[in-house]
Amino acid sequence: MQGLGLLSALIWLPIAAGIVVLLMGDRRIGAVRWVALAASIATFLLALPLLLHFDNSTAAFQFVEKLPWIPSFQSYYHLGLDGIALPLVLLTAFITIPVIIAAWTVIEQRPAQYFAAFLIMEGLMIGVFSALDALLFYFFWEAMLIPMFLIIGIWGGPRRVYATIKFFLYTFLGSVFMLVALIYMYVKAGDYAISAFQDLPLSLVEQRWIFIAFLLAFAVKVPMWPVHTWLPDAHVEAPTGGSVILAAIMLKMGGYGFLRFSLPIAPDASRDLDMLMIALSLIAVVYIGFVALVQTDMKKLIAYSSIAHMGFVTLGAFIMYDIVGNTGQLKGAGMGLDGAMVQMVSHGLVSGALFLCVGVMYDRLHSREISSYGGVINTMPKFAAFMVLFALANTGLPGTSGFVGEFLVIIASFKASFWYALLAGTTLVLGAAYTLWLVKRVIFGPVANAGVASLKDLNGREFVILAVLAVAVLALGIWPAPLLEMMQASVQHLVSQALGSKLPPL
Amino acid sequence: MPETPMTLASVAPAIPEIYLTIMICVVLMVDVFAGQKRRGLSATFTLFTLALGAALTGMYAHVSERTTLFDGLYVADELAWVLKLAGFLLVAFSLLYSRTYLDRHGLLKGEYYVLALTALLGVFVLASANNLLTVYIGVELLALSVYAMVAFDRESGIAAESAMKYFVLGAIASGTLLYGMSMIYGMTGTLSLDELSTRLQGSTDLGVILGLVFLVAAVAFKLGAVPFHMWLPDVYHGAPTSVTLFIGTAPKLAYFALAFRLLGHGMQGVQADWSQMFGALAVLTLIVGNLVALAQTNLKRLLAYSTIANVGFIVLGFVTGTASGYSAALYYTLVYALTALGSFGVILLASRKGFEADELEHYKGLYKRDPLLAFIMMMLMFSTAGVPPFVGFWAKLRIIQELWATGHTWLVIVAAAVSVVGAFYYLRIVKLMYFDAPAADVPGTERQTGVRLALGLNAAAVLLLGVLPSPLLDLCARLIR
Repeated sequence: MQGLGLLSALIWLPIAAGIVVLLMGDRRIGAVRWVALAASIATFLLALPLLLHFDNSTAAFQFVEKLPWIPSFQSYYHLGLDGIALPLVLLTAFITIPVIIAAWTVIEQRPAQYFAAFLIMEGLMIGVFSALDALLFYFFWEAMLIPMFLIIGIWGGPRRVYATIKFFLYTFLGSVFMLVALIYMYVKAGDYAISAFQDLPLSLVEQRWIFIAFLLAFAVKVPMWPVHTWLPDAHVEAPTGGSVILAAIMLKMGGYGFLRFSLPIAPDASRDLDMLMIALSLIAVVYIGFVALVQTDMKKLIAYSSIAHMGFVTLGAFIMYDIVGNTGQLKGAGMGLDGAMVQMVSHGLVSGALFLCVGVMYDRLHSREISSYGGVINTMPKFAAFMVLFALANTGLPGTSGFVGEFLVIIASFKASFWYALLAGTTLVLGAAYTLWLVKRVIFGPVANAGVASLKDLNGREFVILAVLAVAVLALGIWPAPLLEMMQASVQHLVSQALGSKLPPL
Repeated sequence: MPETPMTLASVAPAIPEIYLTIMICVVLMVDVFAGQKRRGLSATFTLFTLALGAALTGMYAHVSERTTLFDGLYVADELAWVLKLAGFLLVAFSLLYSRTYLDRHGLLKGEYYVLALTALLGVFVLASANNLLTVYIGVELLALSVYAMVAFDRESGIAAESAMKYFVLGAIASGTLLYGMSMIYGMTGTLSLDELSTRLQGSTDLGVILGLVFLVAAVAFKLGAVPFHMWLPDVYHGAPTSVTLFIGTAPKLAYFALAFRLLGHGMQGVQADWSQMFGALAVLTLIVGNLVALAQTNLKRLLAYSTIANVGFIVLGFVTGTASGYSAALYYTLVYALTALGSFGVILLASRKGFEADELEHYKGLYKRDPLLAFIMMMLMFSTAGVPPFVGFWAKLRIIQELWATGHTWLVIVAAAVSVVGAFYYLRIVKLMYFDAPAADVPGTERQTGVRLALGLNAAAVLLLGVLPSPLLDLCARLIR
């Protein structure tokens, strides 16, 4: 039993700060902002020692905390990080800061509760990534829906009620079946530890059902075609901060779930059903890419682009079976997973930044329509520079973080099959097409209307958040090695789990 | 049954009943002498009575071993003790919440409190029943008090109508119960549940099964399981809200005890038979309760269908036929009563003189008018929907766990699917309160600090038991082994 430590602080500090902010209320809004900002920065600073003390050489969980939670179920308050969870925890702690700053004076209605919701959600999201007990994982996973439901519903756009209820019900539907699968395994294993589930022998039939239950939960969250339809609605209606968290962190939970649950718990079913996963991923990449092309709403376009990019994550996660089947070598199998992980982190930064950019424009002109803009570069040169950078990162330009993940996944799919690689490769064209066309219509060209002419360039606050994100995107693109090294051991361990079999030998 | 001399020490486990019976008489007298001017006196006095009763029960009535009293008519065990403690508290809280409401609606009369106490006595008798006769006495004591409470507002046509419905249907259910009991008695020659539990072991006697069908129907009626649920929405809707609150809380414990003592214990020999019936009842109840709730526009009626849906889960706990399945049902019942207490409390606080805040419309924009009340209601709704971190999640989890453990795959799937349907109407209430603009002509809410504090405690318990569920889970597991 290890007592409370750093991870608990990372979870409960923002939640406690959120409650404090809630109690302070809107009357002391000046102080509320600073408390919220201080709490988010403190959380990020607390997360840095994780990076410093993380041991790259092992796949074992580190910073482990284990206290009895519900002894009668063998369920523990069990936290820990490996190379797969750590980058996502860091991402969460990082992204919350720009979200808080971006809302500084923009949110006029009930601002204290807005900040509180985001802080509470930050704690819950870190909890999701660090939980090693399935029940604790589910607890955080579901609890997080409540603040997001309120964020979209209270501070969202005109169709916010429809969007938020759709968001909640879709996610809830998927999650309930995951819970049913978790309980099934608990009844078999007598324990709620995720590691116990990973070691639990399961027949192929059981694994298939469990895989499908997980697929329902995670595919909705990622989201994968055809259960993606909640995302464009939720993104369009959510306030800027909500969109950022949704794109940057919440979608990653689906990807994380595949890596933490589906692959290691149901390896044989994963092998069995990998064609399904690859097909759904490629549909997301290609079809959703075309859908993104025709959008007239900036947020919707970025939302569809997110779905396409997350298609790379699921493709990378499930391509390994074909690689091994094709080449007979284990060596390349991890590459798809590496790519999936980098893609998740990169997409978190890039899509978050793009939503912040849209937020910057929306705050000024209160329109998300592409046609309301044009020639923004003339009035907002600094902003235009950032926007172009993030757009290029979104298309996967070498030197930005977007390149690394896509490149790794495409190489990996080449090893599996030429046709996969060809289809996946279309994203380079499609992604460039929809993103650059967006940039062309919004940023470049002559000033389109009086609204654009009256735009003021970035203020200091906006400049700082976009600059920080730009640095992160470039750093990850130029020098991804630290990230890859961080997850190396864990990815290898996952590969061996996923390629192993739980079935008795024939 | 050996004759044991009755001493003061030997009746100690029956302190709650004895105390309550005496206090019912005292409250009646107090009310007579207090007169019209000091009508509030009986209310306050009743609250003290309940608090003192809880304290006495807690201190003196505890038994760690199962013992029977009064020639085996009455059983005292830890389960009964906990149910009685919870009964005292639930009734105390519900009377506390309703006081202003009663005053405003001209219902603040001593008789109301006396009826509440006799109903509670019925709850206690059921909690300790160990004989078919005791069961029947408990059922009738509780039911007759509640019929009168529903009809208490004699100015209200709808209340009278629902009381009439409740009474007529309830009488049929009592008849059914009695008929079933007589058949079982005829086949076995005993009324004692202990005796029955051994004598019916593996019985395939058609007469017993026929009697069992009547018992199951009566229990299903009392619980409000489909297709015996018809009374429930009308009564919840028509009764004064304070009475709806009352019906929604303590009696649920009693009906859990009814199902547990009568079927889980007495009829355990034919458990496989009644489990099947309960399985069918549960599926119908879950589906009808949840689907019909979607179409409601009245909050009290919606919560009535939500009650039906929740009863479906409680019934599922019984389907398993195992001790831990029953303890899951007990946990669900306690959690449900706690949540219902808060939900109806919110309705009471949102109502004003001459205005009943029972239409969903009235909750539009509640957040803007009364953030605290809206926040409490939101927590309660998410809890009932089964979303962590609230306690309702664990209740559903426990039931699904037990169903998996006993291999009821289809029931698991139905339970999971309907909880998603259920989530929709709870979300709708949150949506009305938080996302919609307030309706123009709705009067403000009550500002009673004391009641608000109690309601806040109620909601805090829902959250706290959700974050740290272990104590209550362990307690329920210990009570039924």
